[in-house]
Amino acid sequence: MTLVFVETDESGQVVLTSAEAVTFARTNADVLAGSTLDVAVIGALPDTATEQLAALGVETIHHLEHSDLEAYSAPAWAQALVDIAPETGTVLASGTPRGMELMAHVAVRTGSRMAANVVAADEEGLLRQVLGGTAFERLVLDGDLQVLTIAGHACTPEETTATSPEVLDYELDIAAEDLRTRVVRTEVHTVDGNDTSGLTQAKAVVGAGRGVGSENGFGEVLELVDHLGGALGVSRVVTGLGWRPHAEQVGQTGSRIAPDVYIACGISGAIQHMAGIEGAKTLIAINTDEESTMVQRADYAIIGDLHEVVGAVNEEIRNRRG
Amino acid sequence: MDILVCIKRIPDISGQITLDASGTDIDDAGLGHTTSAHEECAVELAIQTAAATGGTVTVLTVGPAEAVEQLRAAVAVGANDGILIEAEDPGAFGPEDIAQIIGDIVRDRAEQGQSFDLVLLGNDAADTGDFQVGIRLAYDLEYPVLTGIQTLTSSGGGAGSGGGSGSIEARGIGPAGTEVFALDLPAVIAIQEGGVDPRYPSITGRMKAKKARITEYVAPEPGTGNPRIGLELPPEKTSEVTILGEGPDAADALVDVLEEIGVIRS
Repeated sequence: MTLVFVETDESGQVVLTSAEAVTFARTNADVLAGSTLDVAVIGALPDTATEQLAALGVETIHHLEHSDLEAYSAPAWAQALVDIAPETGTVLASGTPRGMELMAHVAVRTGSRMAANVVAADEEGLLRQVLGGTAFERLVLDGDLQVLTIAGHACTPEETTATSPEVLDYELDIAAEDLRTRVVRTEVHTVDGNDTSGLTQAKAVVGAGRGVGSENGFGEVLELVDHLGGALGVSRVVTGLGWRPHAEQVGQTGSRIAPDVYIACGISGAIQHMAGIEGAKTLIAINTDEESTMVQRADYAIIGDLHEVVGAVNEEIRNRRG
Repeated sequence: MDILVCIKRIPDISGQITLDASGTDIDDAGLGHTTSAHEECAVELAIQTAAATGGTVTVLTVGPAEAVEQLRAAVAVGANDGILIEAEDPGAFGPEDIAQIIGDIVRDRAEQGQSFDLVLLGNDAADTGDFQVGIRLAYDLEYPVLTGIQTLTSSGGGAGSGGGSGSIEARGIGPAGTEVFALDLPAVIAIQEGGVDPRYPSITGRMKAKKARITEYVAPEPGTGNPRIGLELPPEKTSEVTILGEGPDAADALVDVLEEIGVIRS
């Protein structure tokens, strides 16, 4: 069996990265030592999620719901997964913070090895991102059960012939010791805040780097974000200078994004930043340096000062709207 | 509160990287070395927490002899002392090995009367990105463990509690907001960049670091080893950029592209 841990959002939809992980499991079934495609959902299982999973070719949905699992506690959630994990095969999740943490717990509890940020699997073993996505490590996980996380946007979700997945519900027994690290409260995001979901789900992201010049230099960039109904993403330099919160940081230690378009304004293209934008479908650079990595890697570029260029772009969009 | 912070010497990969002759590691001869951003924040949080509780900060690394540089850099910003577990070929060790080695040191120190209330690590190392050493260590020590934590607030235990008493409040970013945890000590916590700004060393700190006590051990042979077969570099990308123009005059062309992609809000 290949078992995929699936995350759902507040509206009951399977999140994009989980749909990617399910697709990865299905399309690599011949080398993942799992002949069936099962998923585990912890918490509510709305019809929308079931329908999405059916479209993704899932055969069995293991539905794990218990009052002790309502507040997140990694050991308790991991043990719930271990209780249904196969003895032989693969357990995997997307490489989100939850996915990474849970798979590490599952690996320890099942005496298995784990590979994080896998991007491919074939007869020679697994290939995973290392060095912030600038290199790949080929490895083989020995043991009967292999535990993986799939790098965000390593594949595109693909629907297949729809299935009628069997839903299995469980009577769970949660150990008190596994609740020692339970969330005691969640402080909902505020506008200045820590919500990275907008950034990771956005179809258009406007990136801003040191080139904005100061904490007060984001005016044109934020207007462009508004015109695109997108999100602002910034480089590590920007958060390091305290101009914007870390939640907006894109890159190796920030969010990894996969928008339809990423417009990099005044960002030179450090390796750590490029690691975060690999999934962007179209890359546009606005930069004074024609030789910068960002311009060289872009699909389209404008050479010039970002304030002047973005200001003119905003004006053009306003003009076309009439 | 006495805190152990585990850090790792990693190559600074801001430039182009190449592989060594074996094809199993990168050639870091011409590269500088540093610690991961998450670990810099772990050191900062440890210093702040120890200062608030009258405790100490010890930094530990498993690495080559040169990794003493990273230990001294942590002392220069406020750690008290360091532990170097020398491994000539750190790449031969898997995450299970590293967790076991650190666990053995924690137990050994406890037997000598130095019990750590808290063990901090970076969420993952910037080179290997394994994301499991902290969790494996916690299971080895039978301590509770959290990951993705950005800030810590001591809520008991106080100065020199010596392992095992008190608690700590930890905060990290979850899918729906900032998640708050209350954790009994001792515990293992993996830190995510973003909650604190690492400080720069002072001249006094640099002087102190030169004289800091670094206890050295020799790493045992890897037990489980590293499952790595080799490293691969992605094919070099050739530029296929279309230059739309220079300055504000090119705005029109860019808006055409955005309209074609279909991302301009109506």
